[in-house]
Amino acid sequence: MQEHDMSWVRTEMALAQPAPASVSGPIAWVRRNLIGSAGDTILTILGIVIVAWILPQVINWAFINAQWTGPDRTVCATVAQGGIQPDGWSGACWAFVNAKFGQFMFGTYPVEERWRPILVAILFVALLVPMLMPRVPRKGLNAILLFLVLPIVSFFLLVGGIFGLPHVETSRWGGLLITLSLSFVGIAVSLPLGTVLALGRRSKMPIVKMLCVIFIEAVRGIPLITVLFFVSVMLPLFLPAGVTFDKYLRALIGVSLFAAAYMAEVVRGGLQAIPKGQYEGADSLGLGYWQKMGLIVLPQALKLVIPGIVNTFIGMFKDTSLVLIISMFDLLGIVKQNFSDANWATAQTAKSGLVFAAFVFWLFCFGMSRYSMYTERRLDTGYKR
Amino acid sequence: MASQEILREEPSRGSFVNDPRIRSLFFQTLVVVLLFGSIWWIVQNVIDNLHRLHIASGFGFLKGRAGFDISDTPIAYTSDSTYGRAIIVGLINTIIVAAAGIITATIIGFVIGIGRLSQNWLIQKICTVYVEIFRNIPPLLVIFFWYSGVLAVLPPPRDSYHLPFGSFLNQRGFYFPRPVWGDGSWLILVALVVGIAMSWFVARKARQRQMATGQQFPVFWTSAALIVGLPLLAYVLSGFPLSFDLPKQSTFNLTGGFQVKPEFLSLYLALSCYTAAFIAEIVRAGIRGVSKGQTEAAAALGLRSGSILRLVVVPQAMRIVIPPLTSQYLNLTKNSSLAIAIGYPDLTATAGTVLNQTGQAVEGVLIMMIAYLILSLVTSAVMNVVNARMALVER
Repeated sequence: MQEHDMSWVRTEMALAQPAPASVSGPIAWVRRNLIGSAGDTILTILGIVIVAWILPQVINWAFINAQWTGPDRTVCATVAQGGIQPDGWSGACWAFVNAKFGQFMFGTYPVEERWRPILVAILFVALLVPMLMPRVPRKGLNAILLFLVLPIVSFFLLVGGIFGLPHVETSRWGGLLITLSLSFVGIAVSLPLGTVLALGRRSKMPIVKMLCVIFIEAVRGIPLITVLFFVSVMLPLFLPAGVTFDKYLRALIGVSLFAAAYMAEVVRGGLQAIPKGQYEGADSLGLGYWQKMGLIVLPQALKLVIPGIVNTFIGMFKDTSLVLIISMFDLLGIVKQNFSDANWATAQTAKSGLVFAAFVFWLFCFGMSRYSMYTERRLDTGYKR
Repeated sequence: MASQEILREEPSRGSFVNDPRIRSLFFQTLVVVLLFGSIWWIVQNVIDNLHRLHIASGFGFLKGRAGFDISDTPIAYTSDSTYGRAIIVGLINTIIVAAAGIITATIIGFVIGIGRLSQNWLIQKICTVYVEIFRNIPPLLVIFFWYSGVLAVLPPPRDSYHLPFGSFLNQRGFYFPRPVWGDGSWLILVALVVGIAMSWFVARKARQRQMATGQQFPVFWTSAALIVGLPLLAYVLSGFPLSFDLPKQSTFNLTGGFQVKPEFLSLYLALSCYTAAFIAEIVRAGIRGVSKGQTEAAAALGLRSGSILRLVVVPQAMRIVIPPLTSQYLNLTKNSSLAIAIGYPDLTATAGTVLNQTGQAVEGVLIMMIAYLILSLVTSAVMNVVNARMALVER
């Protein structure tokens, strides 16, 4: 009987083998993500059908068949409709947007004065971009310039009447100018006002608390249109005879009050999320009410609710389109008004104009929501697990 | 003990300006004085202005003859009806479009929201694109898009699109067969009610039995048979009383059938599509909010994937979903006031017309506000009941 030593030790490493095809590579990805099971395969086929049905139509309409330039409606109308396109043609009429672009941006702001809103826009961007970039220093100065100095400068630039600038009635403003200015002022007013309302709602003074609750709940319970109705019909009644308000200012008041009520609820959520110890800690340091709120509670609370605040901003930006109801022409309003221009009336005009307006709104709102996600990640100082 | 008493009886040090109670009293008095001062000032101004414009205040105007026509009238209304009735017609229209929108938006929203969590890459991306598009454009724009961009450029009635079940789609809206209820069709309704009542009873009994003995009962199929079968049986037994009034194509227009006007259609579609994007996000957050351990524990207990979803994940997700869902329903109801932009006669539109005709601005706006507040409160109350049933039962 001879004993064999069965042990064997490998002296060199086995060569790494490529991963089996079933777990890596594009085929495995498809297998895992698209045809994992029978149900999945059906869903994928359904998805492909949807995409194959919609996407070519959209691309055809928006790019391939689209008319980019042209003097009038003939480029966007079929022969039967008195144009040059073959029957059955369907494409975007970007020529309409092209021709009306100035109006869409500035409304009926006098052409020779349009450098003023453009200058305001440049100033705005020049102040906003460093404000949004966390690395750029001097945020305090920047904020003062953006939220205090810029509105005043813009007001005089846009309205005019001094320094030799001709006066431009706000009734001649329009388009993106109104959309952006209304929402900017709305944002600048509603955040502080909403914060004050939220503090009032959590105040220990019963009367202040009750008033804030009534205001917030009443405004949140009614549509913005009713609020706009209210400010455009009732405000003149509330004032002594002879005192009138500019229509633009009325819309501004309506939008700001409306947004402030929603903002108040968002901020209240943040205030409630701050542990009691923070309040008590501030009290024990001997801080007064405003010091406690301004230095301890609000910085934490506002940081917590950044997504909610930005959502309210986005909502307000979209809601500015409702000023159309009280016959002011924001971007959407002016696009809609131009549908009735006989020079451009075709079957495609409305769709093209609306898609353009939708794209502009979308860019702003999407940008805001992405920025808020970025800020949220940046300010996430480890509270979340 | 003694030191505490001394502390308590000691008058507050420092000046009374720093006493929180006195401060609070002072500020509240100030607020009250300011508030009543401004209210008094406003009331004076309103009285002066109304007097100057020769407008009598009060709600007496509601009994006056309206004198304007309304395009969609769910209840009998002519231009000879009163202003009050016109406002009620508007209110009913608001309720109709809000209810239809809420149901559709919930269905689309749940489908898209679940789709965003799907394992399937393509479905997930399609749903994401949908949400990102609709969340970021104003609802009014969506309404205009349906109204001027899609429905207004449909062919005239002569060249209507023919759809299944004898329905038509053209510029003037969507036409579908209208059911005509003949004699004895009340039996069908009774059968339906009985069917629903019986299936509720069966479900209750089945649950009690399962609790007591562990035996299961096919509740779903029984209920389906009861709810569909009983009315069908009644339909056959009462001698087929139900017929359909089909829309017919004539030279210039469609006659017969039931017409859904493009104003309603575009408002309803736009509100549903728009709100669905938000509901989808809520549903997604709700399902993701249920921790993975729950699913795994349910699987370890031997539940099938359908049962895991139905018995473990959804009930917990609903707790997260319902409160924000309620506020979306409220938003949809409030957004239905955008109807005024395309001329659908909802509450805001009819009350606005009344307001313009009579000049009763204060009363008109007051009616609108109260009506929307009541609608909001009713919706919240219903959703609170649902929420209370879903809420976590803790010790």
